[in-house]
Amino acid sequence: MNTLHRHRRLTEIWSSETGARGLFSTVNHTDLGRMFLAVSFFFFLVGGVLAMLIRAQLATPHSAFAGPEIYNQIFTMHGTIMMFLFAIPTFEGLAMYLLPKMLGTRDLAFPRLSAYGFWCYVFGGMMLLVSMVLGIAPDGGWFMYPPLTGPIYSPGINTDFWLIGITFVEISAIAAAVEITVSILKYRAPGMSLDKMPIFAWYALVTALMILTGFPPLILGSILLELERAFGLPFFQAEFGGDSLLWQHLFWLFGHPEVYIIFLPAAGVISTILPVMCRTTLLGYAWIVASATGLAFLSFGIWVHHMFTTGIPHMGLAFFSAASTLVAVPTGVQLFAWIGTMWKGRPSLRMPMLHLLGFFFTFVIGGLTGVMVAVVPFDWQAHDTAFITAHLHYVLFGGFVFPILAGLYYWMPHVSGRARFFRLGELAFALVFIGFHVTFLAMHWVGLLGQRRRISTYLPEDGWTTVNLISSIGSFVLAIGIAMVIVDLVLHAFTARRSRRDPWQAGTLEWAMMTPPPAYNFASLPHVDSRQPLADDPELTLRLARGEGYLSEPEQGWRESLTVEVATGKPDFHIIYPTNTRLPILMAAVTGVFFVSLLLKFYWTVPLAVVGVTILAWRWAWSLGRTTDLPPRSIGRGLTLPNATQVSRSPSWWGSALLLTANATFFGSLLFGFAFLWTVAPSWPPPAWLTSSAPELALGVIGAGLGVVSIRRAARANRKGQDARPWLGLTFVAALGVAAAAGGVILRAPTPGDHAYGATLLVLGSYALFHALLAALMIAFLTARVVKGFTSPSRQAEFPVVTLWVDYQAGASTLILVVAHLPGLLA
Amino acid sequence: MVVLTTALALAGCEGALSTVDPAGPAARTIAQIWWVMLMGAVAIFALVMALVALAFRARAPVDETRHERLWVVKLGIAFPVVVLLALLAYGLAAGERLLPRQGADVVRVGAEARRSAWAFSYADVAGLRTDHVLHIPAGRPVDVAITSTDVIHSFWAPRLAGKIDAIPGHVNILRIEADAPGVYAGRSAEFSGVGYDDFAFTVVAHDPASWERFIRSGTP
Repeated sequence: MNTLHRHRRLTEIWSSETGARGLFSTVNHTDLGRMFLAVSFFFFLVGGVLAMLIRAQLATPHSAFAGPEIYNQIFTMHGTIMMFLFAIPTFEGLAMYLLPKMLGTRDLAFPRLSAYGFWCYVFGGMMLLVSMVLGIAPDGGWFMYPPLTGPIYSPGINTDFWLIGITFVEISAIAAAVEITVSILKYRAPGMSLDKMPIFAWYALVTALMILTGFPPLILGSILLELERAFGLPFFQAEFGGDSLLWQHLFWLFGHPEVYIIFLPAAGVISTILPVMCRTTLLGYAWIVASATGLAFLSFGIWVHHMFTTGIPHMGLAFFSAASTLVAVPTGVQLFAWIGTMWKGRPSLRMPMLHLLGFFFTFVIGGLTGVMVAVVPFDWQAHDTAFITAHLHYVLFGGFVFPILAGLYYWMPHVSGRARFFRLGELAFALVFIGFHVTFLAMHWVGLLGQRRRISTYLPEDGWTTVNLISSIGSFVLAIGIAMVIVDLVLHAFTARRSRRDPWQAGTLEWAMMTPPPAYNFASLPHVDSRQPLADDPELTLRLARGEGYLSEPEQGWRESLTVEVATGKPDFHIIYPTNTRLPILMAAVTGVFFVSLLLKFYWTVPLAVVGVTILAWRWAWSLGRTTDLPPRSIGRGLTLPNATQVSRSPSWWGSALLLTANATFFGSLLFGFAFLWTVAPSWPPPAWLTSSAPELALGVIGAGLGVVSIRRAARANRKGQDARPWLGLTFVAALGVAAAAGGVILRAPTPGDHAYGATLLVLGSYALFHALLAALMIAFLTARVVKGFTSPSRQAEFPVVTLWVDYQAGASTLILVVAHLPGLLA
Repeated sequence: MVVLTTALALAGCEGALSTVDPAGPAARTIAQIWWVMLMGAVAIFALVMALVALAFRARAPVDETRHERLWVVKLGIAFPVVVLLALLAYGLAAGERLLPRQGADVVRVGAEARRSAWAFSYADVAGLRTDHVLHIPAGRPVDVAITSTDVIHSFWAPRLAGKIDAIPGHVNILRIEADAPGVYAGRSAEFSGVGYDDFAFTVVAHDPASWERFIRSGTP
């Protein structure tokens, strides 16, 4: 097979459908990465227009541009869009586009999941846009503090749009995080051990793990607040055993890690681009990996620094203050490693480098003011003033937008295969840089002069007029700068000057392919021996195209790839990917029906949507796998690999394990919420505890234990070639036993509307019930697979996946039953 | 020159809501923290930017290991740790001084927020309630017990002290003190929906005689 023939054959196998139809059925990571980035850039512009409206409003005192009703919607949506619909999706899109290319493989772990996440993002984002167009957008601030956002003080639908729309969008974040983690851990080029990974992959890995553990508290908070709003369960109402502070804890448990979820990918971009701009390699690779990881851990210990004014005891604050200032250490390590990289090499002022300098200048100021507000007494003054607005924009614009703009100019030739022709970018950079600092630098000062955040107007005698006017003028310069970036991009798209391959002389694998990239990325997969494979072997691109790597001979029209052992990078399994399908968009649409039904309170369509999602998910899982055993696949260079359906730790197992990690964080947050209300909320203890029932408790605990044992017996029976169905039947019955015990808690809980205790029991019981039923469904699925011949002693991969879920369900329900029954037993 | 700059800077600090124009011990402590941190921050910023700029000089190749030790260990770890420990100790000590503590001359008042109004009560005058205006004696520490009856608000008289939230079901204590008799502006500093813009209150600090009169008659 010659190079051209191979290219044509692989293109035929990997291409999405042509034309617009391809958009809806593509599962290719390059397509979806570009689609994610395009949509997130669109939302950046929407958020930017809102920012312009805010600055227009504040430019002069006595402003009558927008009344507070509209103004509150504008700033709430500005924050919400920038955080949830721009920053996070930009990371997802960038990671999706780049990772398989940088890691030397052909696609991400779960292509259909990427597509599902994308469509959830689009549909959820559209819900929020619709609310804005109709003038009923969320107006409680992007942090949505109850009781202001509760049913009493915000009876309208505005808040529901936020709670339901954002939860919908977060599905895409969780999906992308599972996807990215499994892809980085397992889907790399042979030989690429963890210490040879491109630095961006490390950052993406840490970020994805943070999303998995950072988003669940917010999802929980949103669910609880929506339950309070829709059904009157008083989680945040002090007079009924709730506490509005619970929301703040859950929100900032997410909200602070969120800041690093935004910064770390950008730091990954910097660590990738900066050495190339300086014609050298990154200084202190291991230190940088360690400090990114350290930052991730620390970021979960400092959420209280958003709550310094809520009356938490001073010594408690001192701990969080120390942790918050400590964050400056790993950040400092990265910063100085970058400057050290510049000293080590020969920096040159090419286009991306300008934005990196913009990053240094801006981010250092943001970091220094960050240390200031971590000092508790100062925060008592600065909190909720324009000083904080200025600080956070220095951090986020400096720490995210500048690096992303650098990345845009750096990877644009990769996406388009073209070189920049007009030199508009330099002018655009100057406008963005000047505009930004004019807008935000003096804003620190009006904050200290007492200008609060979120006010819609002020008086001339407040003395803030000049600074606000300057700030507004600066913001329009900034907007013109962003507009010029867009013009630059459009010109780039229409002027056909071919870029040479690897225009920046980079050493990472994403440049070892033709540009724009082919659907299959690499005609054959490289063997990696260093962090700079392309720098070591400039001929690599041609050699891979000629088929001198792994999996160079396409077989049977399969989309093929391989996985590696996590640490060593030694190839372990052979992968056959699913192909183009409309299943993801369909499932996202039905998921959307679920959320819209909740929003509009059409509760009769909720069960229909749940059934719809179940049926689609069943088809989704069913279409994988095979009814015959595959012989080991020869991948070239004398290696053969077993197919991933014939191993015990398949990619699906990894995906499930990570999804359950997120789930466990959700569950942990729920237990934390229960303990918090019990110990901190006023109006406790509740009027009555749940009366303990020994038979119910026994039924649940025995069911849980039985399930754990019998699912293992089923797997063993399958391995030995015996009939697994009786054991599966027993597991099914055991799951139903757990469901019955959980149902008991739900039915017998004290009236949930009367006290937060009953409401919490209802949620805990529902959580156990949901997982028991989910486990039962999975067992039914597995039984059907056994009946239809999709399993064999060697095709065993589905058993460990179901075992994971059964185990998790057993553990969580046991804990819930004990927590529910114990107080009654002790009383 | 120095005098002129200082005068200009101080003139720019004035304002009814200015945190850098303190009129009480707590606000003064915090303003001092701010000026100290600002000077430190400017110095660090200048240092880092100089390091970035100097990277553009042409220079001989460097020894990677020694280079790494200098940049990562010394500048990346040791430098921030030293600066932060000092700052942390300074901030913590200052914070301790600002806490409400027992004392013979402490005056106790209550502040209850509901949307667009603050109602103040006085431990010294049973049954007295003033809306929108809090009366305190000048030169004596005052502990304000703050709560809310509807949504979350925040009690903030910037020239006197920092802020603390008014949260339904909780009572937070804030220590304020005015050096001299006068009228000080206050704002609710936690977003509370429509009406937040002009959700304000005033603190009136009395001289001893006028405070005595207030306590006896319940009117200023």
